[in-house]
Amino acid sequence: MKNPEILTCFQCGTCHASCPSGKYTSLNIRKIVRDSATKDVSDQPELWMCTTCYNCQERCPRGIKITDAVLTLRSEAVKKGKILPAHRKVCNFLIKTGQSIPLDDKHLEIRKTLGLRTDKAAWKKALKDVNVLLRSTGFGELIKR
Amino acid sequence: MKELSLFTGCLIPNRYPGIEKATGLVLDRLGVKWSYLKEAACCPAPGIYRSFDKITWLTLASRNLALAEEKDTDILTICNGCFSSLMDSNNILKNDEGLRSEVNTHLQKIGKEYNGTIEVRHIIEFLHTDIGVQKLGDAVEKPLDIRAAVHYGCHLLKPTRERKLGSAECPVFFDELVEATGATSVPYEGKTSCCGAGGGVRSAMLETSFKMTEYKLDRMIKAGVDCIVDACPFCHLQYDAGQMKLKRNGKNYEIPVLHFSQLLGLALGFTTEEMGLHLNEIVNLKFEEKIAQIQKRLLLNNFQGKIVLKNKPRSGVEPD
Ligand code: SF4
Ligand code: SF4
Repeated sequence: MKNPEILTCFQCGTCHASCPSGKYTSLNIRKIVRDSATKDVSDQPELWMCTTCYNCQERCPRGIKITDAVLTLRSEAVKKGKILPAHRKVCNFLIKTGQSIPLDDKHLEIRKTLGLRTDKAAWKKALKDVNVLLRSTGFGELIKR
Repeated sequence: MKELSLFTGCLIPNRYPGIEKATGLVLDRLGVKWSYLKEAACCPAPGIYRSFDKITWLTLASRNLALAEEKDTDILTICNGCFSSLMDSNNILKNDEGLRSEVNTHLQKIGKEYNGTIEVRHIIEFLHTDIGVQKLGDAVEKPLDIRAAVHYGCHLLKPTRERKLGSAECPVFFDELVEATGATSVPYEGKTSCCGAGGGVRSAMLETSFKMTEYKLDRMIKAGVDCIVDACPFCHLQYDAGQMKLKRNGKNYEIPVLHFSQLLGLALGFTTEEMGLHLNEIVNLKFEEKIAQIQKRLLLNNFQGKIVLKNKPRSGVEPD
């Protein structure tokens, strides 16, 4: 990844020490950011272990936008077709329903009991628009890779 | 200030509708003018779509923003994920002419246009800034004598450069709101640490995400709290469903999880059922009984939010 900011990193390790995920996983954000400057990291599963909590970015003494860099690295991996099955599933929910967590029958009933809106016409319109937009940006193609 | 369009997102209406109900009731009680953003779709969720493709993320967000522009209202979010996607997109698109026109070429196909004329709010900062701690305290009818673990959630505060809500290391505004209900915001270690759900980790690596949740729950229990108060249904789900999961591993926390709208509703005199607490996975009857007892007590003489002024809010942040 071309990101001149990363070259200012002096390997202090503040980012890794602040990382809630790194406590429990093999994610070493200091290392992945450093490596991304010189090689392709799109195969590394650690890219997807980040919760995007922004701790590292907030605390980096060099002001490197680390979390934003993770997002860019992820989108580069996605362009190469490296998508986790669970994430592909969420994307397909969006394409099918316009929402990432679709309404199920159980919760539809709860909504009715609570007197909350069940505005199917509005949801249908939303879904239609979302699909036009997803086609327009090429998202459907992207997640099929 | 413009009127508000309530943006409920996906998770609240479809998994925790009690939070939606509670939010409507408390906004009405406080006299806030609001209406639904009716044809809204997914914000879209920052963890996945922002990671996947920035233009798609911006385009779907701009449609939601354009809907609010058509109504000439600001957007009120009740989820840190929605807040993050919509606020960040709005800022990016307001400041980048190139991206704005790119997004508008897509929007044109559904007959919409993004113009950058509205603001995106989160209910916590909205209540703190536009209603104020004192006024909120004055509205409280049943001061809640309970101990709460406040969880801000990462994207309410960070990135701080974008949010402009002050320090992410020692924030106090949410604690002030919680203490306005009469509750005590209990300091606990790792308070600003992540619940574990964000960034698509929950959906792809559930077990890993629960390790971060367990870290938090252990420290909340140690601090002796009656409940967790959050500002986001994703954190809410992580703590609520996470406790069920950890129960199967032999850990029995039984800490009820409340969105701030629900906590505030209890302090305004709504019942635990009206606030949808029974719709959580973790239902703690002792807690509900405690609230019912508090609500039965006669109104304290002229309670005027004095609890707010008496207690200094504690951020309670210790290194994690
Ligand atoms: S905190 Fe910043 S400077 Fe220190 S190792 Fe991490 S990226 Fe490098
Ligand atoms: S943003 Fe990601 S890498 Fe950075 S501290 Fe949080 S979980 Fe770790």
